[in-house]
Amino acid sequence: MTQFIDRRKNHKHKSTVNRQRFIQRYKKQIKHAVASAVGKRSITNIEGGETVTIAEKEITEPTFHYRQGGKRHIILPGNKEFTPGDHIKRPPNVSKGAGSTASNKGEGMDEFSFELSKEEFLDLFFDDLELPNLIRTRLGETPSFISRRAGYTTYGIPPNISVIRSMRNALARRIAFGNKYKKQLARIQAELEELLTTDNDDSPEAKRLIEEAQALEHKLTSIPFIDEVDIRYKNRTKQLAPTTQAVMFCIMDVSGSMDEKKKEIAKRFFILLYLFLTRNYEKIELVFIRHHTTAKEVDEEEFFYSRETGGTVVSSALEETKRIMQERYSSPDWNIYIAQASDGDNWNADSPHCQELLCNNIMPLVQYFAYVEILPRHHQSLWRAYIGVKELFKNFAMRNINNVQSIYPVLHELFKRKMS
Amino acid sequence: MTTKLPTGTEWDVNTLQAYDDAIATIAKNYRLDTFPIQLEIISSEQMMDAYSTIGMPLAYNHWSFGKQFVNVEKFYRRGLMGLAYEIVINANPCIAYLLEENSLVMQATVIAHACYGHNAFFKNNYLFKTWTNPDAIIDYLLFAKNYIAECERKYGMNEVEELLDSCHAIMNYGVDRYRRPQQLTLQEEKARQKAREAYLQSQVNELWRTIPDDPNKAKFTTTDEQFPPEPEENLLYFIEKNAPRLEPWQREIVRIVRKIAQYFYPQRQTKLMNEGWATFWHYTIINTLYEQKQVDDTFMFEFMHNHTNLMHQLPFDDPSCQGLNPYTLGFNIFNDIKRICTAPTEEDKHWFPELAGSDWVETIHFAMENYKDDSFVGQYLSPKVIRDMKLFVLLDDDKQEDLIVEAIHNDQGYQTIRDTLAKTYNLSYSEPDIQVTRVNIHSDRALTLTHQQHDRRPLDESDCNEVLQHIHTLWQFPVHLETTDEADTLINTVSYPRPRDESTET
Repeated sequence: MTQFIDRRKNHKHKSTVNRQRFIQRYKKQIKHAVASAVGKRSITNIEGGETVTIAEKEITEPTFHYRQGGKRHIILPGNKEFTPGDHIKRPPNVSKGAGSTASNKGEGMDEFSFELSKEEFLDLFFDDLELPNLIRTRLGETPSFISRRAGYTTYGIPPNISVIRSMRNALARRIAFGNKYKKQLARIQAELEELLTTDNDDSPEAKRLIEEAQALEHKLTSIPFIDEVDIRYKNRTKQLAPTTQAVMFCIMDVSGSMDEKKKEIAKRFFILLYLFLTRNYEKIELVFIRHHTTAKEVDEEEFFYSRETGGTVVSSALEETKRIMQERYSSPDWNIYIAQASDGDNWNADSPHCQELLCNNIMPLVQYFAYVEILPRHHQSLWRAYIGVKELFKNFAMRNINNVQSIYPVLHELFKRKMS
Repeated sequence: MTTKLPTGTEWDVNTLQAYDDAIATIAKNYRLDTFPIQLEIISSEQMMDAYSTIGMPLAYNHWSFGKQFVNVEKFYRRGLMGLAYEIVINANPCIAYLLEENSLVMQATVIAHACYGHNAFFKNNYLFKTWTNPDAIIDYLLFAKNYIAECERKYGMNEVEELLDSCHAIMNYGVDRYRRPQQLTLQEEKARQKAREAYLQSQVNELWRTIPDDPNKAKFTTTDEQFPPEPEENLLYFIEKNAPRLEPWQREIVRIVRKIAQYFYPQRQTKLMNEGWATFWHYTIINTLYEQKQVDDTFMFEFMHNHTNLMHQLPFDDPSCQGLNPYTLGFNIFNDIKRICTAPTEEDKHWFPELAGSDWVETIHFAMENYKDDSFVGQYLSPKVIRDMKLFVLLDDDKQEDLIVEAIHNDQGYQTIRDTLAKTYNLSYSEPDIQVTRVNIHSDRALTLTHQQHDRRPLDESDCNEVLQHIHTLWQFPVHLETTDEADTLINTVSYPRPRDESTET
């Protein structure tokens, strides 16, 4: 007797646990591959899966087994021309035998490569990153709630009816109430049939049975298809959610000295930062500011793709930041972050002004300020001015990005999770 | 019976049911005795899942299965590898997975192949009858999965993973080749497991006790005493029973890996036969369906196309040749047994006097029931199959400059080819012979394994060192591996941890 079971609707990802364990185990190697992959990607597809390669040797599971050497017999199919006693040259890839030197060289440098999904890729990519000094703040009067599913209830509003649950109950009830009548009906019909083989249907006995059957049928049809008691509603409960309010200012220099290569690096840096923030923090506001001699708040699209250019006055961007901070994020409930990218080229007289702005107006209000300088030939006045700021404020960080490959390490350093 | 079966490429459970009924009738006529069948239709995603746990329908969690999955997925996605059309599990009822992408013809073939071919093999081959317990395996796997998950919660995932890694390294040395295992049910297993923990630990304590409680017994604790008294080939068993420092739960996990290795042991010894047998039956059954006019020409064209692909044997000089195709060789031998029974030639009468002219169904069942790969080849490989496949024997000896052709498909060669092929199908030929020979119970508790070398074939050193390290994880005292040649002379010793004075010796 064969039983057919259609399992296609079942849970698919039985191996997910094992896959995750595998990734966990080779995290170091995989992360290395992931980091180096980012440098090679174009800006538009930085987000996506990745093929990761690990040396086969590192992940083989060892067993006792023979290697080439000694004496052995091989049976092969498809002989065309050989006769017993023929000598055949050894194929070149087979290592020639005795001695331990041969064995190591005989092994190929096989590689084990596999695909990481987009999710896995980004998880590994942003593993260990976080916004420093983030303070969870609750907005005094208006606590926020998240609504979560929590089982089923017997009361609720029509849009929440769980059809499957309700129908299941209805079915159970119909079976429970109807079975008794169905059995009786079947018995009576059997009796009637037997009776009719000998009698005709006018006999009083037959009439009685027919009437009884009709009564039962009526009872059966009067069991309601669905009843008030069957209905179940999906239940939702409200949970208090701690809110964090954070805003990240992204400031990018787009002046003439920032050539295509530098802009590319700056954009990559911000794209990674942007991905990291939108992925790991549900609610975060982003403010994009680009500047040459004047600064302008722009939207995401313009920030990454517009091609405006001009001279350089860094303080214009800081002024703009200050203005927006005051206008929109002045409440102490906001966690403010700033990331700035520039090639360090600034109008010399402007740098002291930047330092002043930062020290007096901006730094006291922000949680963290990260400055990256891209491909500097040599550090100029801006870098020196910022060193002055760094000495005064612990939450100020600055790094160089020297090439595309170092974007990820720098991002990683700047936003590394600190053990508390 | 001349009812037509459904045609076309599309199928549903009803059409499959119709085919299964027809195939069952034919199988019964050919006296195929099977377990009840449970056919599960699964998606390719699920097939990859099934793949990655080496065919266990329920497996404990381990990274190596994840690696396997990732690997299968990679090949599949790139289109380098088709998935197997089926996976069949030696259990009662016999579980077979059908891939949803298969066409109707393929599903019918797979039902005949797996559900009647493999299934009958599992139920009737002597190795399976002796060594596996299909009634209890699913329950046991469930027990194992839960037990290991429980251990992970109690003792930490890393701890358990390390232990499993070490056990897996010597999994192939976790089988009893001669002792027959007891058959247990899940309930008994659970009940026993508790009792066993306590008992095992007491036994181990007894062995490792350092204070003699009775001075009269002191003479037994002299250094002359050999432990174990006999060499032990089942390394996992030996470790489970005697490793000095394992915790009871660790012993239980060693036992679980050992039990699973034991369950797969018959499959490893009957790959050729099992596939040959199943292929023979899908071929015979589908042809019978055609003869009875239950399927039409279109069906047969597609079937023959699939069957020929499966049977394809690349010649040795093709760059992608991977040696003998077990489906081809197995099928050819079984098919030839049938031919010898029904239409014997003079040659057959000379080679197989007892087969020529006998009832082929009877003969073929006898062959399936009473042999494993090596003995099967030794008994049934006929000159005709050797000629058809143009088999030849190569000698690969590192003392010779070239490879030497020792025998080809001619009168002088048949017997040599048959004997040599039979020999290479013996697991002891492809796997090194390694046994526990000595434990230093009175000094450093070192464990000595002996590798009995054959034909001067060397072990792979780097893997060997790693395996020793794994054994050391289990044993926790020094481990030595001695290699002796055919004259029992010690030729090499490898140790873990590596002895410090090694550099001064060399």
